[in-house]
Amino acid sequence: MMNSSDKLIVSPAPHVHDKSTVKNVMWNVVLALLPALVFATYFWGIRALLLSLTGAVAAVVCEAIIQKLRKVPVTVQDGSAFLTGLLLAFNIHAGAPIWLPIVGAVFAIGVGKQVFGGLGNNPVNPALLGRAFLLASWPTQMTAGWVAVKNSAMSGLNDLTRIANNLGELSPKAYELVTSATPLGVAKTLRDTSFVSQINAEAGGIDLGGRIFGGLTEMETLKSLFWGNIGGCIGEVSAFALLLGAAYLLYKNIIEWRIPLFYIGTVFVLSFIFGGIPGSGTSIMLPFFHIFSGGLMLGAFFMATDYTTTPLTKSGRIIFGIGCGLLTVVIRLVGGYPEGVSYSILFMNVLTPLIDMMTMPKAFGKVKK
Amino acid sequence: MRLKTFPGGIHPHDEKHYSKAAPITNFPTPNRVIIHLSQHIGAPSTPIVAVGDTVLKGQLIAEPSGFVSLNQHASISGKVTKIGKFMHPTGALAMGIEITSDGMDQMVELVDDENFMSLPVESIKERIAAAGISGMGGAGFPTHVKLSPPADKPIDVAILNGVECEPYLTSDHRLMLEHAQKVIDGLKIIMKVTGARKGMIGIEANKPDAIDLMHKLCSKEKNLEVVGLKMQYPQGAEKQLIFAATGRKVPAGGLPMAVGVVVQNVGTALAIYEATRYRKPLIDRVISITGSVVKKPMNILAPIGTLYSDLVEFCEGTTAPVGKAISGGPMMGFALPSLNAAMTKGSSGLVLFDEKEAKSMAEHTCLRCARCVDICPMNLMPSLIASSVKYHDLDSAVEAGLNDCIKCGSCAYVCPARIRLVQWIDTGKLRYAEAQRNK
Repeated sequence: MMNSSDKLIVSPAPHVHDKSTVKNVMWNVVLALLPALVFATYFWGIRALLLSLTGAVAAVVCEAIIQKLRKVPVTVQDGSAFLTGLLLAFNIHAGAPIWLPIVGAVFAIGVGKQVFGGLGNNPVNPALLGRAFLLASWPTQMTAGWVAVKNSAMSGLNDLTRIANNLGELSPKAYELVTSATPLGVAKTLRDTSFVSQINAEAGGIDLGGRIFGGLTEMETLKSLFWGNIGGCIGEVSAFALLLGAAYLLYKNIIEWRIPLFYIGTVFVLSFIFGGIPGSGTSIMLPFFHIFSGGLMLGAFFMATDYTTTPLTKSGRIIFGIGCGLLTVVIRLVGGYPEGVSYSILFMNVLTPLIDMMTMPKAFGKVKK
Repeated sequence: MRLKTFPGGIHPHDEKHYSKAAPITNFPTPNRVIIHLSQHIGAPSTPIVAVGDTVLKGQLIAEPSGFVSLNQHASISGKVTKIGKFMHPTGALAMGIEITSDGMDQMVELVDDENFMSLPVESIKERIAAAGISGMGGAGFPTHVKLSPPADKPIDVAILNGVECEPYLTSDHRLMLEHAQKVIDGLKIIMKVTGARKGMIGIEANKPDAIDLMHKLCSKEKNLEVVGLKMQYPQGAEKQLIFAATGRKVPAGGLPMAVGVVVQNVGTALAIYEATRYRKPLIDRVISITGSVVKKPMNILAPIGTLYSDLVEFCEGTTAPVGKAISGGPMMGFALPSLNAAMTKGSSGLVLFDEKEAKSMAEHTCLRCARCVDICPMNLMPSLIASSVKYHDLDSAVEAGLNDCIKCGSCAYVCPARIRLVQWIDTGKLRYAEAQRNK
């Protein structure tokens, strides 16, 4: 029996397709961020979860309103706005006021994405643009009031307090540094020769600088950084949780290995060569300190792999990764901020069209000119 | 055996289970056939019969109208009842000759040259040209032209394409299993004609029985080699197959002869054998009728010009409403508006989808995810070609690889935004050709 032969669909080849859709891609990335969200909630309490969801929902609502105003189809179910909002909130610390992720998400979606025509057209990563906007506009709220880790199931490794032990008696200045700054901030301050000689002098000639530096790069600290038992932004909580999500995305072929590998690899190598402090030099553990600290894992696997704002070509992605790594190390070691991941990625985003142009592949069989 | 392959490409489900176990079945003489005048790349053939003429099976009914053109023969005996436009397997209307059967199936006289291998090269070429053979893998380049490379391009390797990388299709697979020796003889003829010293048969790993059989038959001959290939689409594309089998790269814009290679489909090799030994014109071929809704998926040896609707009926029809009818494989085949099209020499299969399989999603804007760039077997930037065509920037499209695209469809297969990349590229190729003409 031949049925409905008059209703055949005529469409161009190919007539089969793999299962991937935009929606599928975006929600899978959200899924890959869940381990980090779970860890953040565990270490910093329910407020981390609340801030994250607030950012995500604010982004979705904002996108829907703008699309209604633009009279274009509302596409929030594709998950991309939710993802942007979530990533934005991941760049805020758990002690931040609740309006901060809302304002950031609205800026990210409005100015970072919809102004350019929506998904696929934005020149830079909207979540990182939102973060840069918040940091420039409300620097105090963005940095002050880091929430100490609440859950001390891993007590003993807790925060940098272990390093701070006895420091108070030796040098108030050194104690203040270790207890008030992020690990990357501590590492950076230790590179200041005059600061180090001051605290060493306060302590009566003991090499405090070297002692703190040694504390940063010892196994206990690296463990804290890896598992997430340390201060930072919500999404930076645990290198382990982020790697878990990243492994899922790599397995699902949603992100590609070139950018993260060359990004993290560059940071690893350069921080070993240039990251030492005066007097103590470098340490074989220093590269591990640098790759597990701050936003590198989050940035390398979830921000620098953003499709729209990174190069199309394979060699371009290598250049992009190396560029991000180079800038991150430069900012971390000599720039004005303790952490440089987000600005590095934003900067490389802007270079992306140039990189693509420079790295156009030669067709199979084309003779190199 | 170490499996070989090429860089890039995709891994679609092969879906060959529907018909791969079905032996080749002969189709009874159809009531009518339509012999299309364009069954090949090149100028359409010129009819030499008129409405009302009586023709025999195998009788010449249309002649080449240029150097790159083809003879066409009646595939059944009967009367010419119409010369006009009929639906082509590409879905378009094209000129063809309709023959209505007299039920006699009377064939022109054939010969049997048992010593066909000792025939002089020129007379083999003549027989191939007379038989009206064009590439049966799909592209349809006239075979006698392909086998006559200019003297300054010596051929040293002849490759038979038994890859059949299109999902669903099994006609070449069955042909290799059931006519292995004839296919090998066809390869030897090709080697003799082109002067190739080495003959290779490329077969993908999903046809282990065909690899084993061919291997057994070729093992005694030291200049023949069976190349097992890793499953990867589009391995059957000429340039990809040549690279996988020999490591040679056909220059962009060039032909295989530039690297001393000639490639022929296994079905073409069989036709070459039959033309050389029996002077048999190409009047039938094996076609797979398959897909989820075909009641009895089959591989059918059918006269050229048989209507798809007759073939589906021969497979006892369908089990559910048909949503899409694809002439060829699902990666590069054409969706037909109806089953009234008649098969040609390049028709390797008809795939029927149910209504659910036929659905496709709307185009989304490009995410720039670069999956198409990562898998493009020609190392092009499909998304960039497509967007350049969309915004009428032909120069950028050419720079991104417009003219090197082989339209394999891998890019569109992996695109999460479901962009019709091949269609955009096709549009670009047409616009480019037009721009060149107007220069």
